[in-house]
Amino acid sequence: MNQIKNSFSKIFGLLKDAWEYGDSATKLSFFVLGLGNIARKQIVKGLIFLAMEIGFIFYMAMFGVAALSHFDDLGTKVPHREINAAGTAYINVPGDNSMLMLLAAAVAIMVIIFFVVVWYNNIKCAYQALLDYQMGRKLMNFKEELADYFDKKLHFTMLMLPVLSILVFNILPIFYMILIAFTNFDQSHQPPGHVFDWVGLKNFAAMMNFNGKIGRTFWPILEWTFIWAIFATFMNYIFGMLLAIIINRKGTKFKAFWRTCFVITIAIPQFVSLLLMGHMLSDGGPMNGTLLSLGLINKPILFLSSKMAARITIIVVNLWVGMPYTMLVTTGILQNIPSDLYESARVDGANANTIFWKITLPYMLFVTTPKLITDFVGNINNFNVIFFLSNGGPMTPEYYQSGYTDLLVTWLYKLTVNSKDYCFASVIGIFVFVISATVSLITYRNTASYKDEEGFS
Amino acid sequence: MKKETSSMKQNRFIANTIVHIILSIMAIVWLFPVFWIISESFNAGATSGSDSFLPTGFTLDNYIKLFTDTSQFFFVKWFFNTLFVAVGTCLLSTFYVLCVSYTLSRLRFKARKTLMNIGLVLNMFPGFMSMIAVYYILKGIGISESLTSLIFVYSAGQALNYHIAKGFFDTIPRAIDEAAWIDGATRFQVFYKITVPLSKPILIYTVLTSFMAPWLDFIFAKVILGTNYKKYTVAIGLWTMMQKEYVDTWYGRFTAAAVIISIPISLLFLFMQKYYVEGMSAGAVKG
Repeated sequence: MNQIKNSFSKIFGLLKDAWEYGDSATKLSFFVLGLGNIARKQIVKGLIFLAMEIGFIFYMAMFGVAALSHFDDLGTKVPHREINAAGTAYINVPGDNSMLMLLAAAVAIMVIIFFVVVWYNNIKCAYQALLDYQMGRKLMNFKEELADYFDKKLHFTMLMLPVLSILVFNILPIFYMILIAFTNFDQSHQPPGHVFDWVGLKNFAAMMNFNGKIGRTFWPILEWTFIWAIFATFMNYIFGMLLAIIINRKGTKFKAFWRTCFVITIAIPQFVSLLLMGHMLSDGGPMNGTLLSLGLINKPILFLSSKMAARITIIVVNLWVGMPYTMLVTTGILQNIPSDLYESARVDGANANTIFWKITLPYMLFVTTPKLITDFVGNINNFNVIFFLSNGGPMTPEYYQSGYTDLLVTWLYKLTVNSKDYCFASVIGIFVFVISATVSLITYRNTASYKDEEGFS
Repeated sequence: MKKETSSMKQNRFIANTIVHIILSIMAIVWLFPVFWIISESFNAGATSGSDSFLPTGFTLDNYIKLFTDTSQFFFVKWFFNTLFVAVGTCLLSTFYVLCVSYTLSRLRFKARKTLMNIGLVLNMFPGFMSMIAVYYILKGIGISESLTSLIFVYSAGQALNYHIAKGFFDTIPRAIDEAAWIDGATRFQVFYKITVPLSKPILIYTVLTSFMAPWLDFIFAKVILGTNYKKYTVAIGLWTMMQKEYVDTWYGRFTAAAVIISIPISLLFLFMQKYYVEGMSAGAVKG
């Protein structure tokens, strides 16, 4: 918080100084960008600033103002027919498209923010040029400045393209979807044809409400998401680690062979293996068929079509998916346990059991805690296992647009793709964000690699 | 040292036997689906309604039809679509990841921590929450329902996955950079003359992971490519084959396609396994 306050006071301090102590060119560059630089003979730089301002004004005049003017009501006209001006015939009048209006407004807001940053940098550059000039320092010409972008300012050059693409394909969409969470953009307000509008926190209230259609789905799914994440994370962790320990123990032969057997299953694309498993475990599928013909059961087990069985099946199949991963990672760590730890323990007369409980296990727990947390967050967001295996089923009319094994994220997917209830999908997205953020911020900020990046160099 | 008694030897023999039996059973369970899909792809009687694991006869029909029957789905086209996206994503996102991770790891500038925190926050939103917005943005740019747009979307996503590469760069001693600066090298020269040649393992890792992503991703491809079968990638193609409307006719070819796709991806994965473990455990050990 303090940091933010500091940087704000720095920004306003600079603006104040530039206004108070700047010459007329510096002051003018508050309004006409680049003038301060042009006055100091940094023509190209000044012109670039000027071009940006012209571009911004052009954009605002052509699109920006129009886009922002609908930001408050998101369009009101629905498509209808009316008599033309001459009064001779009916014409179709297209309605407002709230979706595109909101998107245009979101773009306009981001453009304005971008321009404010440019504007601030323009003043900073102009004021800096003035100070350098007054101090009699040599100003950089354009070529030198360009060369500087491959040296002292390399970070700017290297980050420009990635950041631009993240802005367009990550930040803008997320910003837009957060806005959607406060509208009633659901299946009965689909443009074109219908308009949607701001509804404030109504969607959040609907999610929280135990008795509403949406709330009755949200709470059970949230509960199952946590149950799933806990079981999936810890069972994979414990059994995967046991597997690694068994393979790496002294008496085990053909270690590399066993490891490869399990690693092969990771290598197969999940959508292939899970789709196939789903088919294998279906009610009339080969698993039930085989069990029936062997006489082990006399009616099919509903692996994926009854609530409890489906949940258990998914957690078990997830072991098949996840254990090899844990095995791979923990094997690497097991082999890295400092051997002097073992030696000193052996000198002190510890037996294999004691060594395992007093050295191997505590060391593993210590080292793998961050992995445990990322796995937990990963499982809350685990789309593949649920979607390909059971597709959230068995479906139930109790829940809105989802089934007994749906997680928050698969429900989000279904709300987006199947029922087009974008506003609820956005609210779920925000909830998932809050959950992952709380879990990981608490722990991630406490890990050494975040605090001490250069610990190894 | 105690002398090993015969009963201890016997105990150890029993323990080893039990361990090997357990491992064998587990290996069979884990590998069973793999063998089953291979046998199904050659099985003359493979149908979606089959209730037995055992094949009924040998055939190459599934493979032949997969490559020659183009009446509805065209697998070869899907394959080359995906290859195109994979190569494009691989080039663009390796460039992005390299830029981002190098900058955040080796260069020091004011906004560095802020940018890292923003990246952290962005990564916590479920990736596909914004897929509809992405679709309309692509439509606005005029490249929706195209393979090129997939390249951009995947690469932007990969640019935020810089942690493993950054962790690698963090381990290269900064003294090397500083020495080069003193000798008059610019920071960019340090990057491409010193750091890049030193980063072969992480380069290989980044190239391979970003090459594999388009073969495995389902969600974005499905939303962006819509119902245009000709533009599908293999992941959505194979998923479509298993949907209720198609599974009866396409089941056999699905298994054949699954085998064909899995072989190169498995080989790639086995090859980069070492780098994967190094990346993961490096992060963990530092934690």
